[in-house]
Amino acid sequence: MALIDTVREAERLMTICNACRYCEGHCAVFPAMEMRLAFTEGDLSYLANLCHNCGACYAHCQYAPPHEFAVNVPVTLAELRAQSYQDYTWPPQMAGVFERNGLAVSLVTAASLSLFLLATALLVDPAVLFAVHADGDFYRIIPHDVMAGLFTAVSAYVVVAFAMGFRRFWQQTGESYASFGRPRPFLQAMRDSLTLRYLDGGAGDGCTYPTEAPSQSRRVYHHLTFYGFMLCFAATSAGTIYHYVFGWQAPYGYLSVPVVLGTTGGIGLLIGPAGLLWLKHKADPDAFGHGRRGMDTGFLALLFLTSLSGLLLLVLRETSAMGVLLAVHLGIVLGLFLTLPYGKFVHAIYRFAALVRYALERSRAAERPEA
Amino acid sequence: MTVFEQSFDVLVVGGGNAGLCAAITAREAGARVLLLESAPYFYRGGNSRHTRNLRYMHDAADGIMTGPYREDEFWDDLLRVTKGKTDEPLARMMIRTSADLGSWMMARGVRFQPSLGGTLHLGRTNAFFLGGGKALVNAYYRKAEALGVAVVYEAEVTDLAIEDGRFVSAEVVHAGERHSVRASALVVAAGGFEANIPWLREHWGEAADNFIIRGTPYNQGHVLRLLLERGAMQVGDPRQCHAVAIDGRAPKFDGGICTRVDCVALGLVLNRHGLRFYDEGEDFWPKRYAIWGRLVAQQPGQVGYVLIDSKAVGKFMPTVFPALQAASIRELAGKLELDPDTVEATVTAYNSATRPGTFDWTVLDDCRTEGLDPPKSHWALPIDTPPYYGYLLRPGITFTYLGVGVDARARVLMADGTPSDNIAAAGEIMAGNVLGEGYIAGIGMTIGSVFGRLAGKEAATHGAH
Ligand SMILES: Cc1cc2nc3c(=O)[nH]c(=O)nc-3n(C[C@H](O)[C@H](O)[C@H](O)COP(=O)(O)OP(=O)(O)OC[C@H]3O[C@@H](n4cnc5c(N)ncnc54)[C@H](O)[C@@H]3O)c2cc1C
Ligand code: SF4
Ligand code: SF4
Repeated sequence: MALIDTVREAERLMTICNACRYCEGHCAVFPAMEMRLAFTEGDLSYLANLCHNCGACYAHCQYAPPHEFAVNVPVTLAELRAQSYQDYTWPPQMAGVFERNGLAVSLVTAASLSLFLLATALLVDPAVLFAVHADGDFYRIIPHDVMAGLFTAVSAYVVVAFAMGFRRFWQQTGESYASFGRPRPFLQAMRDSLTLRYLDGGAGDGCTYPTEAPSQSRRVYHHLTFYGFMLCFAATSAGTIYHYVFGWQAPYGYLSVPVVLGTTGGIGLLIGPAGLLWLKHKADPDAFGHGRRGMDTGFLALLFLTSLSGLLLLVLRETSAMGVLLAVHLGIVLGLFLTLPYGKFVHAIYRFAALVRYALERSRAAERPEA
Repeated sequence: MTVFEQSFDVLVVGGGNAGLCAAITAREAGARVLLLESAPYFYRGGNSRHTRNLRYMHDAADGIMTGPYREDEFWDDLLRVTKGKTDEPLARMMIRTSADLGSWMMARGVRFQPSLGGTLHLGRTNAFFLGGGKALVNAYYRKAEALGVAVVYEAEVTDLAIEDGRFVSAEVVHAGERHSVRASALVVAAGGFEANIPWLREHWGEAADNFIIRGTPYNQGHVLRLLLERGAMQVGDPRQCHAVAIDGRAPKFDGGICTRVDCVALGLVLNRHGLRFYDEGEDFWPKRYAIWGRLVAQQPGQVGYVLIDSKAVGKFMPTVFPALQAASIRELAGKLELDPDTVEATVTAYNSATRPGTFDWTVLDDCRTEGLDPPKSHWALPIDTPPYYGYLLRPGITFTYLGVGVDARARVLMADGTPSDNIAAAGEIMAGNVLGEGYIAGIGMTIGSVFGRLAGKEAATHGAH
């Protein structure tokens, strides 16, 4: 059933909304809708990826169920969005992973965790594995080249998968790659995503999530998650520069750049995902959908565990627990990386691309003389 | 102890914009307030949840609106549409008192869209609620509850004990049980009677059966009738109502804003006999849409049929239901169940009466007919480019004007002109005092907000005695 029905439902809703337009101040979805009289499947998928599931247009809809029009935009767009992730997946054979995403993510993570534990148990001398390394040197457990080689290969795969997904999304919009690179719309989209502009409800009070009272909590937790992630990424990059440019070997001191970045980011990645999970738990499923695919939960839990195991590793790196913790942490990180193209993370790619397209459409509309 | 046994200073009947403004004001003044709303939670907020904007006077652009809109201009606008059927001192008081509405509302959680340029021609005079009227209603309920106003849904006021113009108690039906509620003062804000078809029939005859009610099914007007029966002064004409021509396929109740059909000025409107009956191009649609409800209501069967050709596509607001489409006028007439011969003759007569001009739907252009009765004064392009489109129109009632008289403190006037000691009224139930006829966009919410605050204040002072 799903796809055809969801597309039809989204089309029905957009037709009602386009005649009503009361929500046009809440987010980019409605102004983008207003530029159209009819909605193709591609348009709908674009609109779905512009939606943040903030709930404002449900809480404020005079036609929400039990009204006979039964308008629930966030739930339908969320469904369509999940469907679009599946459609854009590369390689397409992997699309099924989105069907039961929470389960798939857990299985992959469990497998990569077991792999690391098993490999260390088999390959590392127990005397070394359970020894106290006064300087907390990871490379005694897993050699640098093995670690770097493995994660470089996985990262390269992830980047290709993202690029292919983006390509599918962008082709469907019918826009050229040159327009994707136009500086002003691109910068506008950057600003909108880095500030989470459309989680402000339209007046700066925040979104109607998890209840109908506007609140900044979702935005704050999302910022903690996103910037936490970016700081951890920066920490890894700084470590790479230390290693290859300066020839400085890890482990680095508590006040070194990589460790400070990683610790700060890690704290963000603990609070952010935990907060988002807590909000999700409080949110009314009628308003926001049941998230039956477990996609959000799987991804958030994985981010949280990555950070938790990383921070524990840091704190306990000079104890006999270090060896096992290292294997656990790397196992979780590998699980995270492997599932990045096949889980909730992809929303970042498609939402950003959708925002670029929105900025393009806006700038074109502004260039056109009043129709 | 149930809420009905507790003691309150102020009882507010009706939880739309007017009732909420009254309840919040009274509570802020220290009164213990009970608000009774007959609808269930989802339908709370009556017709106010269908609104989009309000009008208030302001001396300068304020970020919400693009330019000044002063007392005299507001008054002139009101005078023009009501053709003098208004109470000047009361209306001017309302206009002046509206000046601080924007900031008052924002302080209580209502949010506005940034000022809108162009399209609706209302950016200077009207403030648009971010998220529409339901967002406003939700914000007011949150505020009221945070302040400690007691709110009961599905609580319908079915009787009022009034002695010598003084409110004594109200009978309330809630969860199948009758309760008697006492309070020192009463605010009635229960809206009009537009959803009460038998009552409409008293004034419109059988035609009322074909009316579509654009808003809440809960505005039955029982409280209005009770007040009039218990000696309150009647104002307004029971036949006067705000009615627009909407899509005939709209739900019988509560279809709200999205059922509008905005292409009348771009096409022709026929009645059931396939004949035109009014100048479709008289003025801009936003200024004229409020007369078309009546026009259609006066046609046989209370229906109209609007015809456009493909040149009009994209020049009007999208409609919620798709148009009927055909390759020829005859075919379209058939689909609309009209006589193809007459329709064809009407269109041909119109087409040959059109005179060349420069078509511009954003101004009152010079495309008009000559020697046609009724004429089409603007935007009169021939209907000649297939595909052709058609919509069925029916009258959609927005609200009624019959109400109770009030004074400048929102106190209900008794039939002899003396103000009631402890009953105040606000919103649609007293709108006829300032709006005896006609309509200007956004004034329904102005009336409810201004008189709601006055009523709340009045009732609170009374409760403190
Ligand atoms: C589709 C539509 C769009 C509109 N757009 C605008 C606009 O943009 N701007 C504008 O200014 N005006 C607009 N109006 C008009 C506007 O809705 C009214 O003028 C305004 O809402 C009246 O407010 P009120 O509080 O008096 O009544 P309502 O908001 O209708 O509230 C009355 C309440 O009383 C309750 N009630 C009724 N009887 C009883 C009882 N016996 N016991 C307890 N409770 C009872 C009802 O359930 C209801 O909730 C629009 C109307 C419609 C239908
Ligand atoms: S969600 Fe509801 S209120 Fe918002 S634009 Fe759509 S129909 Fe209108
Ligand atoms: S849920 Fe929020 S982001 Fe999504 S369409 Fe509605 S208002 Fe826009």
